[in-house]
Amino acid sequence: MGVEQKLGNMGIVTLKLEQAINWGRTNAMWPMLFGLACCAIEMMSAQAPNYDMSRFGMELMRASPRQSDLMIVAGRVSRKMAPVLRRLYDQMPDPKWVISMGDCASCGGVFNNYAIVQGVDEVVPVDVYVAGCPPRPEALIHGIVTLHEKVRGEKIKDWA
Amino acid sequence: MDDHLISAVSALTERFRADASEFRGQVSLLVPAENIVAACQALRDEFQFEMLSAETAVDYWPQQEPRFHLVYQLLSLSRNLRVGLRVPLDGNAPSLPTIEGVYPAANWHEREIWDMFGIRFEGHSDLRRILMPYDWEGHPLRKDYPLGYEEVQFSFNYDEIDRRKPYAKE
Repeated sequence: MGVEQKLGNMGIVTLKLEQAINWGRTNAMWPMLFGLACCAIEMMSAQAPNYDMSRFGMELMRASPRQSDLMIVAGRVSRKMAPVLRRLYDQMPDPKWVISMGDCASCGGVFNNYAIVQGVDEVVPVDVYVAGCPPRPEALIHGIVTLHEKVRGEKIKDWA
Repeated sequence: MDDHLISAVSALTERFRADASEFRGQVSLLVPAENIVAACQALRDEFQFEMLSAETAVDYWPQQEPRFHLVYQLLSLSRNLRVGLRVPLDGNAPSLPTIEGVYPAANWHEREIWDMFGIRFEGHSDLRRILMPYDWEGHPLRKDYPLGYEEVQFSFNYDEIDRRKPYAKE
């Protein structure tokens, strides 16, 4: 009923394959539960009803890396945790993206010492960096929307 | 001071050559390294200090010799008393007997002291690193361990640090 009103008399819709696939990937991107430290609280509150992330397709967060597309590294990564992080990233199936949330994951934050990895891009390749300590839920959502725009711009020559 | 605490402190000073001092109601005893296990055993069995609430180390380099002080905090649950023991240790391959047989909680505390300060515990059942990765070299909480880790990246040295930084390649 509603679709007929919007489409009117259109019978056939044509679009490019890469647009269709990229639309499908952005609108159902499920993040993996990877909240490590304080940024996890902001990630949880972004998922909560007040700043809903489900409106952007992230209906739920999968705890298993095999069933998720996006890894939001929220919080400090210590030297002991870095191999674990890499192993979980390797277990995610393609296509996968990484958002580095917060200052500690992007560049080491306030911790320039022996225990914290100085930026999670030493361990996994990052697509979007979200700055803040911790970033507000709106900032995280802006980072996610930026990632959606980046995925929409991906070319079929790169992944096919 | 409590009577019971007074009797415990005086017994320790006589039998184990400890020096007692008090600061704002907290009693602290300086015990030589060879007597520490017997002192803890006496405190646990005869004076009812059932719980080891903390065990840690302090590095006083370069202000003081001897360099390390090992600090034990014992708590008596039945009598609501606390006492602190300190063991001064040298900087050259410091080691002393473990009190894991007396207080099993000391297992992980002593692993952490080994990891962070490099103080060996003879007789410990499982002495390996607990906080740092297992192949890490160095003991981070010593005062001669370097403080920062990475050179700060400003705009004038951005490119040269970018070249040296170990980025992940997929």
